[in-house]
Amino acid sequence: MTQAPSETEAVVLTTGTPDRRRRDDGRWAWALIAPTLLILAIVIGYPIVQAVRLAFQADEQLDPATGFFEEGGFAGGSNFVHWLMQDCGGGAGSCPPGTLGSEFWSAIGVTFFFTIVTVTLEVALGFWFATIMGKNLWGRSVIRASVLVPWAIPTAVTAKLWYFMFADNGIVNSVLGQQIPWMTGVWESRFAVIVADVWKTTPFVALLILAGLQMIPKDVYEAARMDGASRWQQFTRITLPLVRPALMVAILFRVLDALRMYDLPAIMQGASGGSPTTTMSILVTADMRQGNFNSASALSTLVFLVIFLVAFVMVKFLGANAVDQTRAGARPATKEKTS
Amino acid sequence: MTATSARNERATVHPPRRYRSENGWGTRLGAVVIVLFCLLPFYWMVVVAFRETAHTFDTTPWPTFVTLDNFTAALSTSAGNDFLAAIRNSLLISLCTTLVAVLLGISVAYALARLEFRGKNVVTGIVLGASMFPGVALVTPLFQLFSAPEVGWIGTYQALIVPNISFALPLTIYTLTSFLNDMPWELEEAARMDGATRGQAFRKVILPLALPAVFTTAILAFIASWNEYLLASQLSNRRTEPVTVAIARFAGDNPYIQPYATIMAAGTLVTIPLVVVVLIFQRPIVAGLTAGGVKS
Repeated sequence: MTQAPSETEAVVLTTGTPDRRRRDDGRWAWALIAPTLLILAIVIGYPIVQAVRLAFQADEQLDPATGFFEEGGFAGGSNFVHWLMQDCGGGAGSCPPGTLGSEFWSAIGVTFFFTIVTVTLEVALGFWFATIMGKNLWGRSVIRASVLVPWAIPTAVTAKLWYFMFADNGIVNSVLGQQIPWMTGVWESRFAVIVADVWKTTPFVALLILAGLQMIPKDVYEAARMDGASRWQQFTRITLPLVRPALMVAILFRVLDALRMYDLPAIMQGASGGSPTTTMSILVTADMRQGNFNSASALSTLVFLVIFLVAFVMVKFLGANAVDQTRAGARPATKEKTS
Repeated sequence: MTATSARNERATVHPPRRYRSENGWGTRLGAVVIVLFCLLPFYWMVVVAFRETAHTFDTTPWPTFVTLDNFTAALSTSAGNDFLAAIRNSLLISLCTTLVAVLLGISVAYALARLEFRGKNVVTGIVLGASMFPGVALVTPLFQLFSAPEVGWIGTYQALIVPNISFALPLTIYTLTSFLNDMPWELEEAARMDGATRGQAFRKVILPLALPAVFTTAILAFIASWNEYLLASQLSNRRTEPVTVAIARFAGDNPYIQPYATIMAAGTLVTIPLVVVVLIFQRPIVAGLTAGGVKS
């Protein structure tokens, strides 16, 4: 991460001792960073602390003696048990079907299903897009421009657009000549959300992969061809390993993004819970809208833990070290080009 | 200029001519498929937006029964929608967010790209962590905080701007750091040798060179903020809601009929300016997107 001062260092040394420069730099750096840290502390740091605090509190209750609402006090882990064990007050599994409490595991399942399917499709399609976009084609700029269109359209508009196309008498059913209930069927509506997400996000994945592909020096392929490597060998032995850093960063960001998916299913299929496309994020807002701040906080804490865990596993075991590689991924190519 | 244009060139470097002959029909067909994949749904939205409501579900692939009625309906306030107000809200929220996020982003990016200090990795980690943080974990605490009587922020613009800044910050910091890393810092050193202070050297030498990068970053931050929905849907009210929320709950005069055509017109109104800007600044945007490597 730390970018060692380059050849300019020699010049710097003449304007002050190294020690003095370091002290000076440190003061400047923290003065420049402080406002940002303050905002992040208020908008992200405070909510984390507050969410965890609320999660361990009971709901306010009407005190029969005074007729006033009283603070609920410490609730232990009951809010977490509520979700994890589907406990609505009568022990494990006591949440009746149709209540938010009974939806935790299905929301987890739906979220992971969306994540795995959309990221797989987006990476596969994005790779194919990137290979074609990297070629010297007539109309390259047209492809590049059109790829940016789905990315630029707000997700809320994307959701309404596909909502319209998947309507009962919409264009999708007209073209297919079918009467598929895209907006009411369980798997049909999930499929519709996936299609909309793939349409919206594949271009972005393609651009990231294309950037990775363009960092591979062309002479590597030349050398491989001289040595008689087949196209397939070139792909598996050169392209894949060399594009891997950029690819892993793209996958990591997409997975984390998909795990917090909200706009598309919420706008296409409703945000009140109880739908076959209710994701973890939708469940949190549905619970909060019902006024259950404490159980909503417990749920959002769980969501945060799940996402953190996935990020941790990916960074640790799959080598998707975003901290090093966003930097490393961005640097070498420019170095090559400028030097 | 040199560093940025070098980067822009990288995004558009053309492979040697002789590869052209290798482009078979498969590649050309693939290119057509990509363009259709990306543009057809958008095209359909625009076509329906311009079509008489009675023909909303026609399948003619080109514009027929053209009318502006849907746009008039989208902009009318009779069904409780005030779309123009929502556009004003979005503009206000996104411009404020962009301005603050870019200013703070430059400061942090300068520190990360240029200064030696302890805790650099910690700061990078915090910024990266912030970019991965699930927005939904903020909704409940922020709603409670903003609705507390002593804060009273629900229904105000700052309730939407401040959280948006924290979402835009990681994006601006990463993009700008990566751009600033490529700046010709020798010029800054030269200015300082001539007696300029750190601030003067940055303002007079580096900032003018970095302006294209700053502008690109600003576009990315603006688009990210313009597209935000989750927090806005929970923290805004009818008076402050941005266009994304307004479109999501768009209602027609008749509560039993989905006003599809009106929604498509509203969607077109929100999208066309964005698409035009994106197409004009296509090259720097692609450079910025891939430089930051962060989600937008």
